[in-house]
Amino acid sequence: MTAHTLDATPAGQSKALAPIIWKFPVVYSILALVSLVFFGLIGRDGQTTFRIATEGDFFAIPDIVVPATAAGLVLSLILVVMAAASIWFALRRVSLASWFPMLFGVLFVLSFLAWAGGGSGGVIPMTTLLAGALALSVPLIFGAMCGLVGERSGIINIAIEGQLLAGAFLAAVVASVVQNPYAGLLAAPIAGALVAVVLTFFAVKYWVNQIIIGVVLNVLVVGLTSFLYSTVLTENAELWNARQRLPNLPIPLLSDIPILGRVLFDQNILVYLMYLVVIALQILVFRSKWGLRMRAVGEHPKAADTVGIRVNATRVRNTIMAGAIAGLGGAFFTVGSGLAFGKEMSAGQGYIALAAMILGKWNPKGALLAALLFGFSKSLGNTLQSIGTPVANELLLMLPYIVTVLAVAGFVGRVRPPAAAGVPYVK
Amino acid sequence: MTTDISPAAPSPAPPPTAEARPGQEQSTLQQILSGSWLVSLLAIVLALLLGGVLIAVSNAAVIAAAANIGSAPGVFFSTLFSTVGEAYSALFRGAVFDWNARTTERAIRPLTESLVSGTPLILAGLGIALAFRSGLFNIGGQGQVILGATVAGFLGYALELPAGVHMLLAALGGLIGGAIWAGIAGVLKAKTGANEVIVTIMLNSIAGYLLGYLLKQNWFTHTSSANPQSRVIDESAEMFLLLPPPFRLHFGFIIAVLATIFVWWLLERSTIGFEFKAVGANPHAAKTAGISVSKVTILVMLIAGALAGLGGAAQVLGTEGKLTGGISGSIGFDAITVALLGRSKPLGTFFAGLLFGAFKAGGYLMQSQTGTPIDIVLVVQSVIVLLIAAPPLVRSIFRLPTPVLKRKES
Repeated sequence: MTAHTLDATPAGQSKALAPIIWKFPVVYSILALVSLVFFGLIGRDGQTTFRIATEGDFFAIPDIVVPATAAGLVLSLILVVMAAASIWFALRRVSLASWFPMLFGVLFVLSFLAWAGGGSGGVIPMTTLLAGALALSVPLIFGAMCGLVGERSGIINIAIEGQLLAGAFLAAVVASVVQNPYAGLLAAPIAGALVAVVLTFFAVKYWVNQIIIGVVLNVLVVGLTSFLYSTVLTENAELWNARQRLPNLPIPLLSDIPILGRVLFDQNILVYLMYLVVIALQILVFRSKWGLRMRAVGEHPKAADTVGIRVNATRVRNTIMAGAIAGLGGAFFTVGSGLAFGKEMSAGQGYIALAAMILGKWNPKGALLAALLFGFSKSLGNTLQSIGTPVANELLLMLPYIVTVLAVAGFVGRVRPPAAAGVPYVK
Repeated sequence: MTTDISPAAPSPAPPPTAEARPGQEQSTLQQILSGSWLVSLLAIVLALLLGGVLIAVSNAAVIAAAANIGSAPGVFFSTLFSTVGEAYSALFRGAVFDWNARTTERAIRPLTESLVSGTPLILAGLGIALAFRSGLFNIGGQGQVILGATVAGFLGYALELPAGVHMLLAALGGLIGGAIWAGIAGVLKAKTGANEVIVTIMLNSIAGYLLGYLLKQNWFTHTSSANPQSRVIDESAEMFLLLPPPFRLHFGFIIAVLATIFVWWLLERSTIGFEFKAVGANPHAAKTAGISVSKVTILVMLIAGALAGLGGAAQVLGTEGKLTGGISGSIGFDAITVALLGRSKPLGTFFAGLLFGAFKAGGYLMQSQTGTPIDIVLVVQSVIVLLIAAPPLVRSIFRLPTPVLKRKES
């Protein structure tokens, strides 16, 4: 696919002529300086505790207690060294591996945490922070996978928001009526797929602009679910909207690993399904006949048609299947978190999933990382709010959105969607 | 996500003007039956019917009557019609004309209330329509409305100026606030290629939290109250009423009318508007023709944000009178549907805004009088837009003839 040849320009070709890219070194330098000045030099007195272990862990790891200013200073110095390295590499036109920004980001966040925890003598609960990040990312990841399959097939899906909400609604209602959370899990994909059916019906049969249908479908689902919530669900909440929760199924041994094991492998089935979907898509999209056909239909439908791929049938099938994935993600809001359905409970997450998909350049792996980045910044905001920092709550809650804007503007820049996304195929 | 395609031309189907091309052999009846205004009317009727079905199935009395339909079919139908009829007549009385009112003033007040609700929708909708025409998908109406309202409201109680000047200055502040907020997305798109959809969505949330933060700061709210809301704006900053009380119709509506004319002039008569549309139709061709795409991107977002900001200013200076966390309601999101229903044309957006304003005003009365949740309005609105976007579907439902031009093609 052209998208990838663009990412990985063959080495040697026009390398000598390439201009020096100053964007990344500048960003690194600014962040390193911010860290040095604010978290290191004028840091706050006191100690910060990083709580790693949780009750009943197999390995007992003591809390790590560090003096806030010193920790900030040390971490900041490492950041400064990394920033200097990035300038050195930029001058030699060597592009950095993807671990570099990740490591930089992790160190910056740690430096920030050391500063935030100091002064108030705060304890940073690392497990809670990361578990929160994963929980907040789950619907986003499902949604981003849905959008990705749709756009790779040539159908722009703005209706992810609606699909999440519909999934949440049906999961809650079915689980409540059957009194079994797993029944809700089966129902949620159907709701998401139904939204996708309407989307593809108008997009493929009547060639209506897909962005328009998506936006309108979101409004329609909000209207329908809110209406039914206010009339049917509230009239007899015991029957229609009782809380059901998917139980946690810890995986033996893996779940005993400190921090990451706790976070990743002591979850309900929905989270494990999420891992499966991401891994399966990462392989299928780029390594299978299905994936090749999907990308062909999304990039150059005429060529695909010429070799005998049924363009519209492929698009419809894939988009409906993707809708089922998003519906599953919606189930996380209700049965996945043990909550009853509430009006507009998806709260714009579908749009953020869309952003994660674009940020991840239409790759399952990239979208996963983007969604995790968003979930992490949100969880960070929540954690800081609970340990009490000098920064106002509202400003902390802005954090994930600002991070996303910076990521889009600073690191991603111009992205190229599948060529035929949004263009109806007419023979 | 592509923005190359212009949402202004939703389908490859020929636009309505081409459907009734003169010179084609077409009987008058056929012309009427295949006209686009009939399709719009039928779409509204269909959507209301669907809403009626929804009201009926969620009503316990109707369901109870349906259970006995075999023994007493008459009861079922009379319950059905009275339930749905009451809801819709309340909607109409709340939106247009209240025939149950005691005084003439009260009877025609709903119509002016619809105009009041429609004013910010029209202004924000125009901003979104303008961006659509230029190939930009501006989902940031909400953030721009919030910023507009925030700046206008703050100027409305922080300054001390003579009446009129104060109001105009506050409204101008709202305009600038919205323009700056949308301008961020425009500049980022033009300079770094950041997708405007993501940036505007994020800016919506950031604006909401920013307002929430400001409303807790006493220097900003000019009150010592713990409630997250501001002082009431000065009388000199209020948008004056067009009709004596109890009517609430204010100067904001005049601004909406003027803005509609301005956007029409911009798109249809000005050179810069031609550049906007050229970029919207094909940015590569526009670039080849010597149009600076980045300049157009920034300018379009600035104007779009200014319009939405004015919507926010009208809301706070004309309707609400003070800043609250929910000042923008869902105006910014409804405005997207308004622009889509208006097919991104200035006049179309104006009437779509009025229609949605009427639904909003009527929805409140319907909810309070008949207990039918106002959410039904969202369903009806979205079905209308869906159906109007797909005229062939409406035609096939009602078995209307296909326009001659299209029949020849297929």
